[in-house]
Amino acid sequence: MLEITDIYASLAKREVLHGISLTAKAGQVLAICGPNGAGKSTLLKAALGEIPARGDVKLNGQSTAKAKASDLARQRAVLPQDTQVAFAFTVAEIVAMGQEAGDFAAEPGLIEAALAAVGLANHATRPFQTLSGGERQRSHLARALAQVWQPIGPQGPRWLFLDEPVASLDLGHQLQVMRLARAYADQGGGVVAVMHDLNLSAMFADRMAFIIDGRLAAEGTPAEVLTAPLLERAYGCKVAMNTAPQSGPWFLPQACDQA
Amino acid sequence: MTALASSRARPGLRPVPYGLTAGLILLVLAASILSLTSGAAGLGLGTLLKAPFSAEGLTLRDKVVLYDIRLPRLVMGLAVGAALAVSGVLLQGLFRNPLADPGIVGIGAGAGLGAVMAIVLGSFLPLWMADLIGAHLVPFAAFFGGWAATLLLYRAATAGGRTDVATMLLAGIALGALAGAVTGVMVYMADDKQLRDLTFWGMGSLAGATWGRLAAALPLILLVLLIAPGLARGLNALALGEAQAAHLGHNVQSVKRRAIFGAAAATGAAVAVSGGIGFVGIVVPHLLRLAMGPDHRLLLPHSALLGAGLLVLADLASRSIVAPAELPIGILTALFGAPFFLWILLRQKGALRG
Ligand SMILES: Nc1ncnc2c1ncn2[C@@H]1O[C@H](COP(=O)(O)OP(=O)(O)OP(=O)(O)O)[C@@H](O)[C@H]1O
Ligand SMILES: [Mg+2]
Repeated sequence: MLEITDIYASLAKREVLHGISLTAKAGQVLAICGPNGAGKSTLLKAALGEIPARGDVKLNGQSTAKAKASDLARQRAVLPQDTQVAFAFTVAEIVAMGQEAGDFAAEPGLIEAALAAVGLANHATRPFQTLSGGERQRSHLARALAQVWQPIGPQGPRWLFLDEPVASLDLGHQLQVMRLARAYADQGGGVVAVMHDLNLSAMFADRMAFIIDGRLAAEGTPAEVLTAPLLERAYGCKVAMNTAPQSGPWFLPQACDQA
Repeated sequence: MTALASSRARPGLRPVPYGLTAGLILLVLAASILSLTSGAAGLGLGTLLKAPFSAEGLTLRDKVVLYDIRLPRLVMGLAVGAALAVSGVLLQGLFRNPLADPGIVGIGAGAGLGAVMAIVLGSFLPLWMADLIGAHLVPFAAFFGGWAATLLLYRAATAGGRTDVATMLLAGIALGALAGAVTGVMVYMADDKQLRDLTFWGMGSLAGATWGRLAAALPLILLVLLIAPGLARGLNALALGEAQAAHLGHNVQSVKRRAIFGAAAATGAAVAVSGGIGFVGIVVPHLLRLAMGPDHRLLLPHSALLGAGLLVLADLASRSIVAPAELPIGILTALFGAPFFLWILLRQKGALRG
């Protein structure tokens, strides 16, 4: 369980998060949605201890503020929104960094398996700088996967924190990555993903937290959260909503009207 | 064993380049032998090889040449070369940029300023203190100067784990100018003997190598060579950014602190005993990254070897080209290093937004 309690955070002396409380359960995918600049990445960074924040964060019952970085690295892996690498490390070397950080350093074939899982089996030897944007994002995802390969460990469930995991991916790879996240949760791990794509979020997430202006505007199942008034408030336009029999709500941007 | 062998052969994971390692060790050995057997005194390889088997051994004069002139100079060359190269690797890992060199970004200048101040202001120390610190004063002052410069530089050029390369290089220029100005003031204040010390030191040379000076600088350099391997994985992770390095389980603050300390201590010790020898810290790691990849676990030890070997060779060249006079070695390394730096800069042009 991930328990975020009453988080306040400021960036450049401006308060960006105004007291957000949120819980995520292992075995589920939590999607964090909201407009640009709402504070989604900031919430993730605050929950991960990357930026100073007021409030409390517990992972698997333990306060993360006092935990050692090396212990946390065995329990959670992070895919950042912005992924740069200095020096010409190969894709395999980057994934190996994830592997060495987690509990699976001795696992043979893990790098290959993680790369295959994100569709980069043939890219192991490529220097990172020669990859396309989507390939870069997926190689970092492979690194995160190699770090927390098994969804359940001795200290409880492991966690994947993903900031816009499908932002620069094509349709096929968006589905591949979302299925990976889904499978990870189905096997008992926890997944927290910042998402812009409401359709994918509705298809794959169990829970959704909707952030507007640094506050939690709504929380619940995608069907509960994704209501016409909320979307209009968030995005400033009317969204054509529909409901698919199996996968819940879906949206068509063509039908968006200027509000 | 089979698991180890197969893990070495995995695609994209570069194996330990044993051939290169062996080559570098040979380079260091060959350079050392050449350095010990060449010089104005005419004590050559033949005499040295015959000595253990002949009844009379080496003459007293030859012994002095070997043990008190050539050997300390060789050890100094090896230590300074390794120190400068390792210091370059540490700085580049810290700044996430291959252009960071202790000489270029002003850390050498800071260390030099420390050394100059120690030489000039050292005479104002009470006698008992001067006796106590003795030869250690200059290396430690150089270390503190280099340390202050590194901290200042890091503060100036890095925000939120990102280094702005332009700021880094400009801050280096400013630090160099400041150190130059204060050095000028010191020169103005210095008496004749100190002036001679300063001039000699400032030319950048291994000619002043004595066991006494080595005893002051070597411990600092050995300490850095000792702590550097422990930083390798942290520096690798730092290539992904500070936040990711932390999520990969590294204590980022500690890695940064130790890298800054290591770079400053190695540069300081090297500058204190040999003056300004530039570009070793940028040429050596860059060549090795091209040859075997950027993994710091391999880069650090191999850089130490190549730096040591190259500097001894450069020293050899500096004393043979215009023999019996000597070209300051700093001039020689700059002659080759500066164009090399420009070449890296041109190659990097598009990617300078580090
Ligand atoms: N380094 C920074 N310094 C100052 N303000 C910042 C900084 N980073 C973000 N902000 C501001 O904080 C607010 C929240 O930013 P955040 O990155 O969390 O948004 P987000 O919800 O992730 O948006 P996006 O969908 O564009 O990724 C925004 O108003 C942004 O302008
Ligand atoms: Mg964001």
